Amino acid sequence: MMELLSPAGSLPALKAAIDHGADAIYLGLKDDTNARHFAGLNFNDKRLMQAVEYTKKHQRQLHIAINTFAHPGQESRWQYAADSAVNSGADALIVADIGVLDYIANRYPDTELHLSVQASATSTAAIRYYQQEFNVKRVVLPRVLSMKQVQQLADSVDVELEVFAFGSLCIMAEGRCYLSSYLTGESPNTVGACSPAKFVRWQPMDNGGMQTRLNDLLIDQFGPDEQAGYPTLCKGRFDVDGDVYHALEEPTSLNTMALLPKLMQAGIAAVKIEGRQRSPAYVAEVTKAWRQAIDRCVADPAHYQVTAELDGAMAQLSEGCQTTLGAYHRTWK
Amino acid sequence: MTTQISLGAIQYYWPKQTVEQFYREVADSPVQRVYLGENVCSKRKELSLSDWLAIGNELAQAGKDVRLSTLALIEARQELDMITPYLEQQDFVLEANDIAVVQLCKERQLPFVAGNALNIYNTTALARMVDAGMISWVMPVELSREWLKGVLDESTERGFRDKFDVEVLGYGYLPLAYSARCFTARSLDRPKDQCKKCCLDYPDGRLVKNLEQQPMFVLNGIQTQSGYCYDLSNDTASMRDLVDYFRISANSEQIRPVIANIEQQLAQPNPQQIKDCRCNGYWWAMAGKESVTISDQ
Repeated sequence: MMELLSPAGSLPALKAAIDHGADAIYLGLKDDTNARHFAGLNFNDKRLMQAVEYTKKHQRQLHIAINTFAHPGQESRWQYAADSAVNSGADALIVADIGVLDYIANRYPDTELHLSVQASATSTAAIRYYQQEFNVKRVVLPRVLSMKQVQQLADSVDVELEVFAFGSLCIMAEGRCYLSSYLTGESPNTVGACSPAKFVRWQPMDNGGMQTRLNDLLIDQFGPDEQAGYPTLCKGRFDVDGDVYHALEEPTSLNTMALLPKLMQAGIAAVKIEGRQRSPAYVAEVTKAWRQAIDRCVADPAHYQVTAELDGAMAQLSEGCQTTLGAYHRTWK
Repeated sequence: MTTQISLGAIQYYWPKQTVEQFYREVADSPVQRVYLGENVCSKRKELSLSDWLAIGNELAQAGKDVRLSTLALIEARQELDMITPYLEQQDFVLEANDIAVVQLCKERQLPFVAGNALNIYNTTALARMVDAGMISWVMPVELSREWLKGVLDESTERGFRDKFDVEVLGYGYLPLAYSARCFTARSLDRPKDQCKKCCLDYPDGRLVKNLEQQPMFVLNGIQTQSGYCYDLSNDTASMRDLVDYFRISANSEQIRPVIANIEQQLAQPNPQQIKDCRCNGYWWAMAGKESVTISDQ
């Protein structure tokens, strides 16, 4: 049975996800040991206990992401996060760093380990490394693979595979992108944030438009009639030899709802909704829509279609109201 | 030990003749270690493995320590298959830039270099690489001197610092990200499937500027590089006892003056005026694009 895995940046978001049909929830602790280390987000010890309690009461699964890379001299902080996560009674830990994997596999050999997308394992040999060395049970696949490549992988490995289903689209191999630290000094790997909010400046223009900046560098410029988006640096408008366009990627969201029958047929274990930084209302809406889609696909895969209603709902929840199949579809590349 | 010079694999797609001419110049340069091969895009086939081995053997005869680099992002089964002949050749040690190649070397008990595209951030991870057969470590480009020192001090304490040497990318455009998408093909409105090997037309990639004309990035096929050239030639004094090899990543500028300058700076540090569009921020634990002068190293 394909698992619907929803994000939670707070206890209300976790409850919203569970109440709207998520099979499993993933969250992070309140420090830089996870890749959504944002102010006001994530779980301290007390909230974590409540999260575990609510999840168990509703017989769902809880995954805890400890998926940044431990700093030298501070490995104990990541180990402490692992201790807390294991002791909380969570069902699985999502880990990227070989150092952290080493600790958990040795200290807690019975703990279920999921390889984070940040570890960027994209082939059978890469997956074999993490299986042999750390006995990972599941691998979260980077968003760089095409549907055909996902199918090929699923055919040739004996580990559970999880794919990203909906939400912000990382266009680079996750865990191996330093664009953010190049411009700001902080990256997902080292600090748990990409294009961090503290470096963002929204600068109104005289004509009623808006400039968006990251660490003072202009990322995009919007006219009075355009809605200014967050300056995620890979989604800016840039100039390449006089051509001005979104040189890396348009502001758009990933939506693989149309691929559900293929993903199911390939035996994908879980579909993951991105967005621990999102509101409980968002988590509720997206979870509800995906619950419906998965249930319909399970009931009648041959006639499965994304209804206009669901399609519209997904577009409303998306960055720039646009969605894409991303790398799952060859033409995107 | 004095820091020596290594030359990373060429990151751009150059015609075969250009590549051969380039390595003729390298052959009688003071570079000690040379990495050959394609590590950005599996569609770049101007040179075959036998071409690389031929160049490698000439360089080895000229006294260079030659190594073969491999793809940084291995996505398709065909790309994994392309690695097999590299594993089977017995002339040169491989540089792994994807964990898949670490695994393949481990399975065959081959020594390997952990390239800068691998996520090795701490001492435990480094120890696991040594266990798997790593003999050289190229630090991830976003890490600093302080970070490196922390890792190396701990590996000394844990008693395995003598099992590997350390390379730091010190000159060239920084590889910052890898994608499924080809940004060069996209810049020409072509799908990756029909790229027509357009990277051949851009020997230094394509510069991306923001709307205020500041250099941001360089598009190099599926790789995104820094808009500024990383340059630690003024920072060589701070590498003593930490860095075994100062790595150069070439672009289309003349390579010999670059090598000569770095050789001189390594032998006798004498910081020069920093040129425009250069950066060294990562080394000093700042944003990579920053450029600073640290007088008291």
